[in-house]
Amino acid sequence: MKPVLFVQKVRKSFGENVVLGEVSIEVPEHSATVLIGASGSGKSTLLRCINLLEQIDDGAIYLDQEEITSPLVDVDKARMRMGIVFQSFNLFPHMRVIDNITLAPIKVHKIKKEQAREEAKILLDKFGLLDKAEEFPDRLSGGQQQRVAIIRSIATHPRALLLDEITSALDPVLVNEVLESIKELKKEGMTMIIATHEMSFARLVADEVCFLEKGSIAERGSAAQVLENPQDSRTKEFLRRVIAK
Amino acid sequence: MTRSNKENYSSGSWYPSELELARQKIRSQQAKKRIVIATLSSVFVLGSLVIFVISSPGWELFKQTYLDIDYGLEVLPIVARGITTNIRLTIIASILITILALLLALARTSKAAALTPFRILATVYVDVFRGVPLLLVILLVGFGIPALGIKGLTGNVLILGTIAVVLTYSAYVAEVFRSGILSIHPSQRAAARSLGLTQAQAMRYVILPQAVKRVIPPLLNDLVALIKDTGLVSILGVIDAVRAAQIQTSKTFNYTPYLVAAILFLMITIPLTRFTDRALQKSIAEQNSQGTT
Repeated sequence: MKPVLFVQKVRKSFGENVVLGEVSIEVPEHSATVLIGASGSGKSTLLRCINLLEQIDDGAIYLDQEEITSPLVDVDKARMRMGIVFQSFNLFPHMRVIDNITLAPIKVHKIKKEQAREEAKILLDKFGLLDKAEEFPDRLSGGQQQRVAIIRSIATHPRALLLDEITSALDPVLVNEVLESIKELKKEGMTMIIATHEMSFARLVADEVCFLEKGSIAERGSAAQVLENPQDSRTKEFLRRVIAK
Repeated sequence: MTRSNKENYSSGSWYPSELELARQKIRSQQAKKRIVIATLSSVFVLGSLVIFVISSPGWELFKQTYLDIDYGLEVLPIVARGITTNIRLTIIASILITILALLLALARTSKAAALTPFRILATVYVDVFRGVPLLLVILLVGFGIPALGIKGLTGNVLILGTIAVVLTYSAYVAEVFRSGILSIHPSQRAAARSLGLTQAQAMRYVILPQAVKRVIPPLLNDLVALIKDTGLVSILGVIDAVRAAQIQTSKTFNYTPYLVAAILFLMITIPLTRFTDRALQKSIAEQNSQGTT
């Protein structure tokens, strides 16, 4: 099966600092690739490169076999086919929850306002947030805000969803409600790349786990292989430290 | 805190302990002492200021030429008619300034290649009009543009004065808008762009609404300054409050009309500055609460 996302030998550096060195990933349809690794290992940068928020130095990124890193590609059109959720939610504070969700469907995808609101309400209901539709984001808990951000990113029916450490800014008690939402999306067949520090969560959703170390993939394989039976000494060391924490 | 204490009092579930009662007694004594000190010091400082002015050698003459109440009431309708000109000018100018300043700020913050000439022009414009005194701009426009001989613009000093004020103030206000735009965190733009919004859409729906809300207090501040500065167009011969007072004064060599004009300006500007303070406090409170979530 042809991959939805194909990252081919991508390089990215900020000045002298090489953040990604020849990273390659293939994400088939309906599957989830989980990126693990210490802070600064390049997970977030990789996701930002895929979403074209950063310009890569070399290599290529393909979305449904189209090279989206080509300068000839309309960046806005390419981004319309992907969703990204950030660590810091980044909801629009001046808009109600429902308007946060319907902004892109109405303005970018030219869906009628009534229809966009109906669809948003169905999603809010599914994630247990229908009663928050008319609230402003600062009235919501962190977990609720992050779930709204997830709904916002899937309201445009993206081909792939990128999740950038979406639970790192949350209270431990709020982490679960967000992770449950992602498990639900995985069940429905959403194609995803997930950067996370939650190992038990990674085990549950990952079709492939990639361990990033200093901008390259040190070890990759199924969750069982990488997390239960790591071969690379750096992976072993990383997992030992994470579990000790 | 205090309310919940009161509720507890009335519900009867809790009575303050001896220790707390003793503390409350001391606090109320301290409060009384503070009121006494504040009153005494105010009376002393303000009183000695009044005595100093009244006992000055020229006080009687000053009272005659500046504080002639009968004459003040006599010229009040004339000066009041003049200040309606200032108000009209302020309303029209503030609308034009807002539009022009917003366009300048957008031109200066845009990154589109096609807008490069506008970006350069806007930068030069802001530099020039922020750097020249308003009075000079009024004189240059007021006496320079009529020389061009354009129909309809030659004689009307009020329109020329308005143009001058708009030119200078839109440069200031543009910088206020621009600082508001730049103060919105880049993650907001990233979030908007990641949803597929174009640069222009991200600006229109996400960044600008937040930026404008944030700069309302400094804009109100500029509005107060604008109301006062409309008095400067009197130099072109516009009969505003300043000019009306000047005409009355030159008839009698009594300066009370100036004081009347000043009081009329204050009647507009003081409520507005109070309102600005309130808006600023509200805005700070909102930004603080956003920081905590």
